[in-house]
Amino acid sequence: MAGGASSWSFEERDVQRIDRILQDFLYDAGARCALLVDRTGQLVTTAGEKPEFDSVAFASLAAADFSANDQLASMIGETEFSSLFHQGEKESMYLADVVRRVILVVLFDNRTTLGMIRIKVKAVVRELSEVFSEMFSRSAAAPQGLRVEAGFMDEAEDEIDRLFGDL
Amino acid sequence: MSMINYASREINCKIVYYGPGLCGKTTNLEYIFEKVAPNTRGKLISLATETERTLFFDFLPVDLGSIRGFKTRFHLYTVPGQVYYNASRKLILKGVDGVVFVADSQVERLDANIESMHNLYENLTEYGLDLREIPFVIQYNKRDLPNISSLDELQRELNPTDVPTFEAVGVRGIGVFDTLKAVSKLVIKALS
Repeated sequence: MAGGASSWSFEERDVQRIDRILQDFLYDAGARCALLVDRTGQLVTTAGEKPEFDSVAFASLAAADFSANDQLASMIGETEFSSLFHQGEKESMYLADVVRRVILVVLFDNRTTLGMIRIKVKAVVRELSEVFSEMFSRSAAAPQGLRVEAGFMDEAEDEIDRLFGDL
Repeated sequence: MSMINYASREINCKIVYYGPGLCGKTTNLEYIFEKVAPNTRGKLISLATETERTLFFDFLPVDLGSIRGFKTRFHLYTVPGQVYYNASRKLILKGVDGVVFVADSQVERLDANIESMHNLYENLTEYGLDLREIPFVIQYNKRDLPNISSLDELQRELNPTDVPTFEAVGVRGIGVFDTLKAVSKLVIKALS
């Protein structure tokens, strides 16, 4: 399976749909910020207050956290822990699985409650699952290589040489 | 499984450094972190034990910049090399786009290299991936040490499919960027 064949991609309209769903969710739940991270550790999108931390590093750690807990679940005979909760003094986070490919990470503080987050996450996961399932089946039905301008590969190679060349 | 975001025009690719314990995977990432321009890389995240052995992974994002309008980024990961951390190792391989196998050239580590290579094949198979079909390079590290296997022997034992190989002395940075350059070009090619 070559890298290109198993890649997934999403379009402007997907992002708009996801953003609208997340914005509504944040408003209803009273949460500060939501991040979508794919299971390989890549940040898909964020909504709400712009994170002040390094969101790329955050995404890799959140995916690792979720994956490690998944393995722990299977060791105790569960198929998965579909959600995780980390409680802090002021800030807390709630992580939930979306169609086994994406993780929803919600950051919230004491302006809302865990109960409220839990209820609203359940609903938003259903909505997001629909969008992502649609996206994945679309990608599977029409797998395609990278749609970029001609010359991308050459330019990328030149840039790799320039960046890593004399180090 | 690179992720291509046509909305934000971003391409992210995952490269994993694999190999037996103490072969120099983290050293590779530390050298890259130290040498690339600070504005082209993020933080080096290390989940390590108190004795600085990798417990879960190291992570370093490196930006290639904007290529034909696409912000292109490599996510470099290491795995914990010690045999008993296999569960963690497998998790890191999820969605991998390219693999660097860092071999420890010392004679007494030959068996550990072979075992780790087998483990890599097995773990990839569980994700439905075949090492012969994904971007893959081998780095023969620690070439400055006195008691090392010959390149012929390493090739015979570790590289039956004749993938690109690089001699390296990770602690001095020798071969580190040659390795990274090669695997990142292969990953970019595989995207098309």
